[in-house]
Parts: sequence; structure tokens; C-alpha cells
Amino acid sequence: MDDPIRRAQFSRRALLLGAGMAATGSLLAGRLAWLAVFEGETYRLKADGNRVQNRLVPPRRGWIVDRNGKPIAMNRPDYRLELRPADMEDLDATLIAIRGVIDIDLAEELRIRDDVASQPRFMPVVVRSGLTWPEFSACNVRLTTVPGVAPVQSFSRHYPEADRLAHLIGYVGAPTPEQYRADRDPLLIYPGFRIGKDGIERHEDRRLRGTAGAAQAEVTARGELVRELGTRPDQPGETLKLTIDRDLQNYAARRLGDNSASVIVMDCQTGDVLAMVSMPAYDPNVFSTRVPARLWAALQRDDHTPLLNKSAMGLYPPGSTFKMVTTLAALEAGVDPDESVLCTGAYRLGTNLWHCHARRGHGGVHMHRALPLSCDTYFYVMGRRIGVDAIAAMARRLGLGQDYDLPLPGQAEGIVPDKAWKRRRYGKDPKKAAWREGETLNASIGQGYIITNPLQLAVMTARLASGKAVMPRLIADKAAPDFPSLGIPDAHLAIVRQGMIDVVNARFGTAPAARSPVADVLIAGKTGTAQVRRISMAERRTGVLRNEALPWKQRDHALFVAFAPAGAPRYACSVIIEHGISGGRYAAPIARDVLTYLFEPERALAVLPVIEADAAARRAERETSEAAAAIAQESRRMMPSWLKIDIKPPVFDVADPDAPQPPREPE
Amino acid sequence: MDLLNGPWRQELGRLPWGVVLLVCAIAGFGLVVLYSAAGGSLYPWALKQGVRFAILLIGALMLAMVRPERWLELAWPIYGVLLVALLGVELVGAVKGGSQRWLNLGFMEFQPSEMMKLAIVLVLARYYQYIPKGYESRPDVLLPALALIAAPVGLVMLQPDLGTALSIMFGGIVVLFLAGVRLWIFGAATAAVAAMLPIAWNLLHDYQRKRVLIFLDPESDPRGAGYHITQSKIAIGSGGISGKGFLQGTQSHLDYLPELHTDFAFATMAEEWGLLGGLAVISLYGLVLAWGIRTAMGATSQFQRLLSLGLMATLFFYLAINMMMVMGLAPVVGIPLPLISWGGSAMMTVMILLGLVMGVARANRQANA
Repeated sequence: MDDPIRRAQFSRRALLLGAGMAATGSLLAGRLAWLAVFEGETYRLKADGNRVQNRLVPPRRGWIVDRNGKPIAMNRPDYRLELRPADMEDLDATLIAIRGVIDIDLAEELRIRDDVASQPRFMPVVVRSGLTWPEFSACNVRLTTVPGVAPVQSFSRHYPEADRLAHLIGYVGAPTPEQYRADRDPLLIYPGFRIGKDGIERHEDRRLRGTAGAAQAEVTARGELVRELGTRPDQPGETLKLTIDRDLQNYAARRLGDNSASVIVMDCQTGDVLAMVSMPAYDPNVFSTRVPARLWAALQRDDHTPLLNKSAMGLYPPGSTFKMVTTLAALEAGVDPDESVLCTGAYRLGTNLWHCHARRGHGGVHMHRALPLSCDTYFYVMGRRIGVDAIAAMARRLGLGQDYDLPLPGQAEGIVPDKAWKRRRYGKDPKKAAWREGETLNASIGQGYIITNPLQLAVMTARLASGKAVMPRLIADKAAPDFPSLGIPDAHLAIVRQGMIDVVNARFGTAPAARSPVADVLIAGKTGTAQVRRISMAERRTGVLRNEALPWKQRDHALFVAFAPAGAPRYACSVIIEHGISGGRYAAPIARDVLTYLFEPERALAVLPVIEADAAARRAERETSEAAAAIAQESRRMMPSWLKIDIKPPVFDVADPDAPQPPREPE
Repeated sequence: MDLLNGPWRQELGRLPWGVVLLVCAIAGFGLVVLYSAAGGSLYPWALKQGVRFAILLIGALMLAMVRPERWLELAWPIYGVLLVALLGVELVGAVKGGSQRWLNLGFMEFQPSEMMKLAIVLVLARYYQYIPKGYESRPDVLLPALALIAAPVGLVMLQPDLGTALSIMFGGIVVLFLAGVRLWIFGAATAAVAAMLPIAWNLLHDYQRKRVLIFLDPESDPRGAGYHITQSKIAIGSGGISGKGFLQGTQSHLDYLPELHTDFAFATMAEEWGLLGGLAVISLYGLVLAWGIRTAMGATSQFQRLLSLGLMATLFFYLAINMMMVMGLAPVVGIPLPLISWGGSAMMTVMILLGLVMGVARANRQANA
């Protein structure tokens, strides 16, 4: 029955099949060896890449402390809930789930939806920050199963002095997508990571930021943590020590009340900036989380410019505070200090009259009386004699018209005009570019083209007081530098200093309000009242309006620069009150109190209650009227999630320099 | 006393115990892999699989005691019943809606397509037993044989279960090849299939097409369907020569490897036991297959030869496709690794298969003795 031929044929075919099987088996073995041996290293790395998750440990931001080590910016634990759009399945369902645990009001929900829609998907969206502990634990227990929702504990930036240091310190905020794209630093997309957005926080961001640590963990395919494999600790940011005296800064800010003003106090010898106040300001604690749209709109609308650092970015005509520069320039040009000039209340140049603030004139004025009287006519005469270039050169020597090496994101340079400057500025038209005599007269009393920021005025005062080329500094990380002398003869400086002492202390001075209440400390200073509007001929005929009768925006700026003690100058101070009417009456007392605080804090603090009560009453009044107006025109527009401030320094109309000067209030 | 001294003891002695030992070794290793896949636990897989194997091994040995002539007689009825069952599955599926692969017999779920893999070999061996030499390739002989293959393959394709359909087809074609159908016919058929590929492509279901596409380029979909192949290759490759060690596999224990206890059990094993473990498994199977070929070549009738080697080829098909799949040489088709992967029906098929071949071996040893 069994056919041997068939059997033989079967055997051949069976061996063929067996050979095929063996070949396949060898192929499989070869493939196995290829994967395991030759590609083994690659796949081992891939397996580790699967298994090991590297997590960033964000560094803690360095503290900022004042010269005595008191904290100005610190870190505080903060609990918040975050949404990760990349992991999220459905926004509506997720929000419903979150609502089951914590409240989200309508405005918040709109913001969250807006952020989710507008941000790149890798950027986390904060649902709510500042959760209480019970809320945070509830989220931890009940929201862990919702994909894309993460309760996060972190540290948030805290500024104990709030708005009083806002412009100097700045604030922190989430990095923008552009910053991440530029840097590719994974820290920048770490949820809740903050970088400096303004002020010192921004300028010194690299030092404050620190270095991220890393933690390796073994995770499952679903991302569950199996075990920690090891950590590299983070390197917290440096602690930054400022030259600021927190208490002085605090006092100065409170002393300003509700004025739109700037106060700067400097150490004349070391250049340390002890206080740099610009009020009103915003609260950086609010800015570091998220600015409510209404607050943002209000800040932008406010005519007291709370978003502008007036100390470094505000530009003002220095007015009579510039007269020390003219005085020194005249001395250097060889003017005899005892030479007398007759002031009749007006000075004629061509067909125009330049008025002195004293309508009836000061009579015979020599240099020793010119500063205390602030006699404009004397400076018209001297300025015209020595020329604008001599005045500008002295102004630059005293620190005007330049910015300093300070950790601030911006400083307004100001203008110190001279003939070359005007040629550059109006170069095309030779008629316009020529310097005119009238412009020299304006410059010699600190009006016209000349424009400075409050910091420059403080530096100028410090240089006058010390005779050294003092440069301001804000970070106390090095020993105080020893500044070279200005090269101005001591005799010249002595005349100017004595003049400034007489401004405050002499019977005929313009600032008796600045007289020091401290027994053995004498304050020396100079008032300034800078005009911001043009007075028309028509108005002059009918009588110049009193400042108090004008709208706030048209009132004169009040300035005062001072140093103390007069005998051995230690502190220099500049005060500018925007539209503050009169330097002698309004700016000088502030300078007096701030300087008093340095010597006798109790006495200085005693004046605060009245001022603060006054300011609070005015503020309350304004707020009620504003609130009514704001509700009507409140815009529903949402803030962008990350905040960018682009503020340019205000542009001032430069008045026609040939226009006659109005008679001004006696200073 | 008669029972004790009866012929059954002699019969048992004729069983190929060496192969039984080999099979036990493979299955034992499989249990170790399942124990590890469960994270070092007998539950939920290893213990149950062990019990199942023990029962099925006894079943296989009992099948081996049946004379091959019985199977010759039963070939047509078995094939007929399974074909009807396949039709039944289709009908139930059509009534219930959706795809259906098994019939609920009350005490167990019966998957006729699994059994058909064996039955196709059985029926074709029976068919060619009585075809005289030289007639195998004649159209009037070949066409009915092809119809015998096409009927179940078509029904299984409708389920749709591409892997099983290919397995049945492979088994049938191997029997045709062994029976002596002329080689040029296979060549022509291969060419025809190549020509028909575009048409077949259109007949495939979307998910099947996707599997093929992703097989061709697994990286194109690393999070989706390509994930299986990519992760499996990572598991095998990262094992290296000697593996990460028992219970030390990361791909499997941290859930990166999907289907770690069923279709991708080989990857689970290779990650922990490395190249050496993989080669050991391949060699053990190679020994079983070699024994099968020897048994077939030593068998005394064409039916027995075709049956045993056809069944061995079916086993080989399982092994080769599964290993190629996990190593990224074949698309992902749901074919488990016999004796190692978790799963009852596949194991039952393989044990019945081995039982039948052992029966042939026993019968021939008897004849030779």
C-alpha cells in the first residue's frame, strides 16, 4: 500500500520544508542577535529613556535685601491649581470637574478659556493661585484623576514693602513664549517659574534666578512614579544686597502722601542710593501673580503715572535747582563773586523782556545773594556773559545729561543743550540750528531745552556737596569706591555751598521751610519751580493765573535739592513733585523731613499722621468719584496673560525759548 | 490483573517521551515568563496556565493513544462539522451584529477557526492518501483540494481574522507541497498572488491595512499602533546578550510593552533573559520541529506523513510569525507564541496538534517494533 517512490518524493519535499524552517530559524536567531548585540546599546538607551524621567527642580529665586539685611523681596509658599492643555482631554468637562472642588468665577473662567486658546499648548494655565490649605488638599484628593489638572505647591515672590519699592525692584512674572523660543531653557516653561519683569528683578534676573536642579525618577508608561533614582540639588539664586535703606525708603514714600513725586537720597561720599522713591506706584505682589484687567486699566489711565519710575525715567526741567551749575560755570570763567548786578524785575534782550520771579526786582545782587534769592536777572547776565557751552560743560561735569551704570532697565538721559547739540538736533535748517542768545538765558536758569531726571539732580547735589565725581550705586556687593575729585576749586564750591545754606537758613532765603529741626544739623538746599505751560501775552496782560487756580496738569513742577549736614556733607537729596506748584513751599519740607529721618527718626515720624490722614481723605474722595466713572466705561477687554510694560518717557513741549518769561511767584 | 498487564503499558512505553520532556521544558519556561510578567506573582497568569498545561498535556497524551487510522476515518466528518460551525459563527455574528469568533457551547467557548487550522491538514492528508502517484497536480485533483482550503479561509476572512486565515491557508498549501504538487504551480501561484496584491489591499479592512503600513514604518506612529512594534524591539534589544535578569525587565514591568503576557511574551522573555534566552527558546522549538520531521519521514503511510508534517508546519507558522512580529519583521497580527503566551485556546490547539503527531510517532514505533 505504501508506495516507496511516493515516500521518497515526500522525503525530498520534507527535507526541503525542513531546510526552509531551518533558514527561517536562522533568520530569527540572526535578527535576535542583531537587536540584542549590535543594536543593544541603542535600545538600552531607549529603554532607559522610557523608564527614567528627568524632572527639573526649579531654583528658588534669590532674596533682595536692603543695606541692613532687611528683606525687600522674598519667597513665600504658594498653593495653586494648574491646567496643562497638552494633557487635557476636554476643557468643558475639566472645568466642571474643577468647579466641583473649588470656585471659579466667570471672569476667571473667561480668562482661563482665553489663555488655553491663545497660549502654546506646552504652557500651563493657572486656574487659581493662592489656594488655602483646605482647598489645596481637596484638589489633591479629588482632582488627581482628571487629566491635565495639577495642584502645585511652589514659592511665590513676596514684596513686604509693596508699592513703596515697586519701581526700583520691579516684579516677576511668567516668561513669555518668545523668551522661551529665544532661550530654549526648559526652566522657562516650568509651571509657575517666574522671571524678573521690571526694575532690579529684571536687570539682575540672571543672578537672582539660580540654577535648576534635576531629579531622576523611574516612571511607568502612564507616568506613575515608581521610585526616585537620584537628585542634583538646585542652586538658589544669589541674595542681592542693595544700598537702599528700607526704612528710609518707606518713610519717604509715606511722607509724599498722594503726590505724584520722586525722592532720592544718596550718600554724598560713597554714592550709595539710600532711597529711590517714585510715587504713586503699583503693588508688585499683585503684578507678580496676575493683574486684574480693571486695575490695569486704572493704572494706565491714572494721570499720576503709577507705572512710570519717575526717579530714573521721569524728565523735568530742573528750573532754579540748575543755578548752582551756572554759578560754578561763572566762577570758572573768572567772574568776580562780589560783582553786583542790578535786578529790576526784568531783563531786556532785543525786543523781548525776560522776567525775574520778583516782579519789582531784587535791586543790587552779587553772587553770594543770587542763589538764596534765586535772582533770575543775575543768572541771565552771567549766563549771557559766559555762554551756553561753558554752562553745559559744567552741567556734564556735575553728572547731568548722562545715564549711570545702575541695575535699572532704563534711564532717561535728559538733555544738556549746547551749540553742538542744537546743530545735531536741528541740523538741516541752518537758521533753526543756530544757537540764539535767548536760549542761553533760558538755559542759565534751568529752563528751555534743558531737561533732567531726579536721579541726575541727586547726583549733581552729591557732587556739589562732596566735590568728588560721585557715581550712584544700588547694589552693595563691593567696597565703596573712592571717587576722584571733580577738579573744581574748593573756593568755588564753598561759595555755592554757602549760597545753598543761605537758601534755607538765611532770612532772605527762598526755602525757610526746609530749615532743619535737628539741633546741630544744618540743611543746605536749593528750590526750583519749573514752568510746564506757556504763558500767553494775553494772559500776561490780564494777569498771570495763580498756580492753584490752574488744572493740576498745568501747574508748575516743584523741585528741591538739598544736602546735610551742611558743615560736613553726608547725604544728598532731591525731591520733585509733579505739578507741585512751588519748590520752596511744597518740595522743601519733604526734603527736610526725609533728611531729618536720617538723624532723628522719631521727630520725622511725628509729622506723618497729619499728612497720611490728609492724603487718605483726598484719596477716598477721588476713589469714590472715579469708581462711579469707571463702572460706566469699564472695558470688558481681558488682559493678556503675561504682562508687558512698554512705557516711554513723557515728551515735553519745549517752550519757545525767545518767549518772555512770566513773572513767577517768589520762591 | 488483566488490565494491569494489558497492552496499554506497552503502548505508553512507545510514546515519544523525549518530546514530552521538551514540551514540558518550553511550557515551564513559559510559566516562568508569565510569573515575571505578573510582577513576580503566580496570579493572575502563571498558576492558571500551569494547571491548564497539565490538563492539556494529559489530553494530548490520550490523543496520542488513538491510532492514526481512526483519524483517517474521522477526517471528513471533523472537517464538515467545523465548516458548519464556522458558518454558524458567521450567522450568529450576523444576527447579533459585529464580529464574532467563537460559539458559546455553554460549558466552554469554542473557536472553530482554531480547530480548522488542524482540520485543514487532516482533511487534505486524507484527500491525498488515496490520490495515486502522478495525479496530484491534475486540475481535477487539485481544484477540489484548493476548494477545501478556500472554503474555511474565506469564512475566517469574513470574521475578520487575517492571522488565522493565513495560518489555515499555510497549513493547506504545505500539505499540497508535501503531497507532491508540481513546484511550477507554486511558482505560478506566487506570481499570481503578487499580481493580485493591489486587489487584496482593497479588500483588507482599514485596521488591517494600518497594521501593514505601520509594520513597514513603525516610527510613523510611535504613540499609536507602531507603539507595539517599537516597544517590543526596545525590550528585546535592551536585554542584550544575557538579559536584565529575572524580574528585572523595565519595559514589561513599567507597562511600556503592551500585551506583554500574550502576543509579546517573547519580548518579555528576551528582555529578562537576553539573547541566550531567545536562542534557547528557538533551539527547543527547533528540536521539536526536527523530531516532527523525522517522525513524518519515518511514517508508514502517506496520510500519516502528510498529517504529521503538515501539523508541524502549522506549529512552525505560529512560531515564525509570532517571533517575526515581535522582532519587527512581520506586521502585528494577533498570533500568540505557542506554549509560552497566556491563552487557553491557542494552547489547546497546539497540544492537540502535538498529540496527533505523537500518535503518529507511537503508531510507527509500534509498527517498526
